[in-house]
Amino acid sequence: MRNETVLGGGAAGGYEEPSQCSEHVAIADRDGVVGTIMLAPAVIYVIALVAVPFFLAIALSLSDATVGNPSAHQFVGFDNFTSVIYEAAFTFALRNSIIITAATLVLLTVLTILQVELLACDFPGKRTAQILLILPWAMPVALAAIGWLWLLDSEFSPIDWLLRAVGLLGPGTVLGPANNLYYLGREWLGIGAVVVINVWRTLPLSTIIVLAGRTAIPNEVYEQAELDGAGYFRTLFQITLPALAILLIVAILFTVLVIFGDMTVVALTTRGGPGYATEILPYWAYLKGIQGGALSQGAAIALFLFPVLLAASVLALRMAYRREG
Amino acid sequence: MNVRTMQISRTVGFYVALVLFCLFAVFPALWMVITAFKQNSDLYDPMNNPFLFNLPPTLTHIESLFTQTNYPIFLWNSFIIGVIVVAITLVLAVPAAYSLARLMGHWGEHSSIAIFLVYLIPPTLLFIPLYEIVTVLGAANTVWSLILVYPTITVPFCTWLLLSFFRSVPREVEEAALTDGWSRVGVFFRVALPLALPGITTCIVFAFALSLSDYIYAAVFVSRTASRTVSAGVPTELIRGDIYYWQALMAATAIVGIPLAVVYGLLFNWLVKGFQVELPRSPRA
Repeated sequence: MRNETVLGGGAAGGYEEPSQCSEHVAIADRDGVVGTIMLAPAVIYVIALVAVPFFLAIALSLSDATVGNPSAHQFVGFDNFTSVIYEAAFTFALRNSIIITAATLVLLTVLTILQVELLACDFPGKRTAQILLILPWAMPVALAAIGWLWLLDSEFSPIDWLLRAVGLLGPGTVLGPANNLYYLGREWLGIGAVVVINVWRTLPLSTIIVLAGRTAIPNEVYEQAELDGAGYFRTLFQITLPALAILLIVAILFTVLVIFGDMTVVALTTRGGPGYATEILPYWAYLKGIQGGALSQGAAIALFLFPVLLAASVLALRMAYRREG
Repeated sequence: MNVRTMQISRTVGFYVALVLFCLFAVFPALWMVITAFKQNSDLYDPMNNPFLFNLPPTLTHIESLFTQTNYPIFLWNSFIIGVIVVAITLVLAVPAAYSLARLMGHWGEHSSIAIFLVYLIPPTLLFIPLYEIVTVLGAANTVWSLILVYPTITVPFCTWLLLSFFRSVPREVEEAALTDGWSRVGVFFRVALPLALPGITTCIVFAFALSLSDYIYAAVFVSRTASRTVSAGVPTELIRGDIYYWQALMAATAIVGIPLAVVYGLLFNWLVKGFQVELPRSPRA
């Protein structure tokens, strides 16, 4: 470069006034001014349609608004929260939200590590494998859920057919005597199905995040380990995993937050049933608030998600920053 | 066991694991594609091998999907919404990302994770108040309600993604241009933007895909057929009562899902790179 760093020395970034000492520094040359102008529209938009609605949600949950009369903001204190807690569905929704999120987290962690180990290698056909493996993330959630609904159909599920073909399902077998398993019609099978669908659709994202860290580990580290005679599992547990630990936690937290706050899979597969057996908080908020018309109660239910989301976000943030610092 | 057999067993294990992962990932899509071409009497016979065509494949269900349902309307709505949302997202996110990456100093450089957290405030927390806002604005039941709201999902995500792309543009290139007497705005348009083009392409794909895949806002804000999107229209309108036209449904999902998967797959390495610039090197490495 011919003329180096005229603008407030490289590493520190150019927040200081430009050090070009010419008398007429045009407005368009002041980084702070230009920066603010460029940033402002996005910030204003996010404040107007994320921050304001968020506080509106809190206000709604303390009011008695309904779909029929959304602007009647009569302050009712914590009535919505207390009345919601005493409903039978609440216990189910809270329990299932926690169980589904926790189970997804465990499975996702194991599978992410395995898949990252696979994709860290070079092999013929890697490009094709990447396309196949990223498919669950690319498919719109609602459409994927419809696909799973048919895959887990009570009568025509091909999984049931496979189980019958190998003699595990049907009259007089281990899983029999019925000819089908009714994945979405039983309490724990339903929850299991939702967990599997969640793992399926978030595995590509967590893999990509962790893979970014994995490919940053220099190859020499592994060559040295091999020279030292360390086996595969020793290398995995003593080099790869410690190096990826924090990144892995961040990636898993991010994906799990997405699952905890989303209703699509449950809404389109089990619909919370049978009864409230697979109900989760986000879907119940939708049923109450929109379908049932009790906006304020729906907002109150959704807010039960917030403490968990906040705790997980703070945790992720702190870990990420500790690494940066 | 000598070294050679160990190596072979390792390779075999590797490919077995890879094939299992790939099967898990594509199994639902495979099932969709097989189903879409099946005749009724073939599909609805539990004794038939579901993975084979016991009767010749047929196109009738796909034909009726396009001629006898509102699927083309849903596709068109999703397309229009996607295009406008992409435009809004670029206008908001590209300058914001450049500003944070270059112009706002220390605070801007460390803002990336905070931005990602905005992306994590789930629609579940926001859909009820946003429903009120949309109703007050008179936009309920129109595509405009979704166009207004989808950038809440796309802008934080794209800003965050672009941030890392702008950061990977060498500072010296821009500084040389500044020294040559260009203004900061000129540098942004003529130096930084062209160099961040891969990032902007990735953003376009993502903003489009994110607006396509939203279900909750689309289901809550819009109940008129003429304004439905693919994500909300297929599950609510192609399933009539308890009658499922599975071949048409599976065709409807595969037609959208599989092309998207190919595009995502081709961007795979860029995505990994995006996270790499973003997330600092692991401490031990």
